[in-house]
Amino acid sequence: MNDYSAIWVYLAASPLFGLTLTLTCYLLALQIYRKGRGNPLLTPVATSIVMIIAVLSVMDIPYDSYFSGAQFIHFLLGPATVALAIPLFYQLSKLKKIWLPMTVAVICGITVSGFSAYFIARALGASTETILSMIPKSVTAPVAMGISEQINGLPTLTAVFVVITGVLGAIMGVWLFKLFKINDDNIKGVAMGVTAHGLGTATSLQINQQMGAFAGLAMALSASVSAFVLPFVLSLINP
Amino acid sequence: MPFLSVMTILLIYQLVGELIVREFNMTVPGPVIGMLLMLFSLLVKRSFADQLLKPTEMILSHFSLLFIPAGVGLMIHLSRLQDEWLAITIALLSSTVLGLLVTAWTMMLMTKLMNRNPK
Repeated sequence: MNDYSAIWVYLAASPLFGLTLTLTCYLLALQIYRKGRGNPLLTPVATSIVMIIAVLSVMDIPYDSYFSGAQFIHFLLGPATVALAIPLFYQLSKLKKIWLPMTVAVICGITVSGFSAYFIARALGASTETILSMIPKSVTAPVAMGISEQINGLPTLTAVFVVITGVLGAIMGVWLFKLFKINDDNIKGVAMGVTAHGLGTATSLQINQQMGAFAGLAMALSASVSAFVLPFVLSLINP
Repeated sequence: MPFLSVMTILLIYQLVGELIVREFNMTVPGPVIGMLLMLFSLLVKRSFADQLLKPTEMILSHFSLLFIPAGVGLMIHLSRLQDEWLAITIALLSSTVLGLLVTAWTMMLMTKLMNRNPK
């Protein structure tokens, strides 16, 4: 009996555990998402995070031990961001006609969603780290975490806000567009991609291809401009 | 293109991106510069894009997996979230609504303006 628990204590602290747990929970979460017919409330990222936290808490494993394994997945965010250039390249021809309205909309969109969160949270008494970490919350995770680090936020807290914002945007977008009678697929796609990054893009793709393509385009565009725009706007507000 | 070559190319672009960010003291994350450099290379050499398309599709189809480790970081922020949950909830909800509407309305307005004054 004692031998078993010794082996278990050893394994739980080794990098192998965090890595395996992450992949297993993600695959399970994908199954649940498919069973739930793509309901945005069951988005695989959110479900996996809840499952992993539950396992870690029950087994009393600290985040640092978990991350020693999960960092191998985390590391891939960098090369994956570079890889975003490829789908963006194939969409560039669509961009030629609408690049001006879209660029203006993307810049206004990321600024408004980031800084409205900043001011509202500040007015309600949230701490400095929290409000700074909120600014890049509409940008796709790897870029958002990079920006958060640059502006002295907490990258891991930003990642949490990014996921929550993605889920909220994907759920509320469809409903808001109906309420305000916004019918153009291109415009709906851009709004989803800017506000709800990858999760908004996935939801748009389920509605139709055109809306999905524009959401993906807007997400990639906002990933490349927000890294310049958001720190600049912050420096204007907080010199 | 073999997967290992693609991974190596992506890492080289990221590395160059990081070097540029350090060298010029930029506030932009290194991978974003890497992405822009990659986009520029593709514009110069189109065949490069066709070779990279399939393997990178595989990486990007599981993009969301990559931010789970960071998301689990929620557990080290639990006490902060408990203390500030009301401010955080209201801020995230209202800013998401504002973000969606402002983006859509700006784009509608700009499209209208450009159609009225064709170049």
